[in-house]
Amino acid sequence: MQDLVVVRGRRTVLPGLSCTLRRGAITGLLGPSGCGKSTLIRSIVGVQQVDSGRVEVLGQPAGSATLRSQIGYVTQEASVYDNLSVRDNVAFFSRVLGVPVSDEDRVIEQVGLADHGGSLAGQLSGGQRSRVSLAVALLGEPPLLVLDEPTVGLDPVLRVELWRLFADLAAAGATILVSSHAMDEAARCDDLILMRSGEILAAGTPAQLCDAAGAQDIESVFLKLVRARGEAA
Amino acid sequence: MNKAIVAAVTVRVLRQLRRDRRTAAMLLVLPCVLITLLWWVYDGQELVFDRVGAPLLAVFPFIVMFLVTSVTTLSERTSGTLERLLAMPMGKLDFLAGYALAFGAVAIVQGLLTTSLALFVLGLDVAGPAWVLAAVAMLDGVLGTTLGLFVSAFARTEFQAVQFMPAFVLPQLLVCGLLLPRDQLPDALRVASDLLPLSYAVDAMQQVSMHAEWTTDLGRDVVVLVGFIGGALLLGAATLRRRTP
Repeated sequence: MQDLVVVRGRRTVLPGLSCTLRRGAITGLLGPSGCGKSTLIRSIVGVQQVDSGRVEVLGQPAGSATLRSQIGYVTQEASVYDNLSVRDNVAFFSRVLGVPVSDEDRVIEQVGLADHGGSLAGQLSGGQRSRVSLAVALLGEPPLLVLDEPTVGLDPVLRVELWRLFADLAAAGATILVSSHAMDEAARCDDLILMRSGEILAAGTPAQLCDAAGAQDIESVFLKLVRARGEAA
Repeated sequence: MNKAIVAAVTVRVLRQLRRDRRTAAMLLVLPCVLITLLWWVYDGQELVFDRVGAPLLAVFPFIVMFLVTSVTTLSERTSGTLERLLAMPMGKLDFLAGYALAFGAVAIVQGLLTTSLALFVLGLDVAGPAWVLAAVAMLDGVLGTTLGLFVSAFARTEFQAVQFMPAFVLPQLLVCGLLLPRDQLPDALRVASDLLPLSYAVDAMQQVSMHAEWTTDLGRDVVVLVGFIGGALLLGAATLRRRTP
């Protein structure tokens, strides 16, 4: 991604970002809400109107027709049909993607909803609904997974399970971008991108970032970087 | 267009309708209730019922389908599922055609129900064949569907979508020839009614009710209605954006 600029309404959300994701790694996109994480994610998926700059995904310009079956995308709000059962939701999207029917049970199993296959999505808890949304993104084993705050509101046990799932998928070769505003999730990522007010504060592995800033954890790194910027300005 | 994807959308929309009993009832039962109510209003005045019954068989499915479709597709836009689908290998026309087929199927059932009820139970007397009456009623339901698909692009909330009903449908109802024959309207209104789809829907029904044979006017009406349906679908596709601000 190079010099990405996105203006929404009168506000410049992203003034010119550049970054790269390592293939086969889990990259965490960390920053407070409203810092432009979702806009960045939408630009990668190719659903954001971009004002200038270049975003290349898996060797193609973002938004290319050939990429549409290769990116698993989970929006912040669970984008599923509330008046359909979990299984019917997954079955519909799998038909749109044209993936084998056997894949449907696999993804429902992977997100831990095997016992809820017949429940209406609208009657599930918030965390369960977002897992239905995640299951849809896993259909067809896409080489790139882009997940916007997939672990918000989940109980800690489930969160650990989902991170284990992400690690397994990455080990199998998938590239994963996970956004979060919870700094404690940083430790579970291979790479990190720290964002604030539409800008990238720093990027690198958690260890690199801690060493560079001389801090113990990512939260302190974040604070130090913000302060350093404040002094420079 | 991808047939498998269109079929998937159609099946899904019908499955959602099956889960939503109230909407299903509104689509299938309400027009029957309305036409029965009309018959009751004109109790003892069969001639008047014969005159307004057929045109209203065009209006009821049009309004009901318009309303349900515009709200349903809008919720697809607001829930994020549309964005998700357009990020997948789904063509815009696949999406709209899937919807049009699902609601079109409902319009067919609705047209059969209301026309059979009007003709065989309530004793509506029309000169033309029953199947033409039913076919035109279905066409009007499909027209309501495609226009609903199109206008849903211009609403941000369900509440706004419902507002299209009085803003977009009621004026058409006033000038479509139901209250006053269109050739007796003031010139400006007559020209306006020439441009609006409901005028042709109502005129087609009047043709069927007055003439035993197929008329050239009826042929023109049907062609115009099909044109509006296709046009609304294409315009609807143009309002779907893969990239949004």
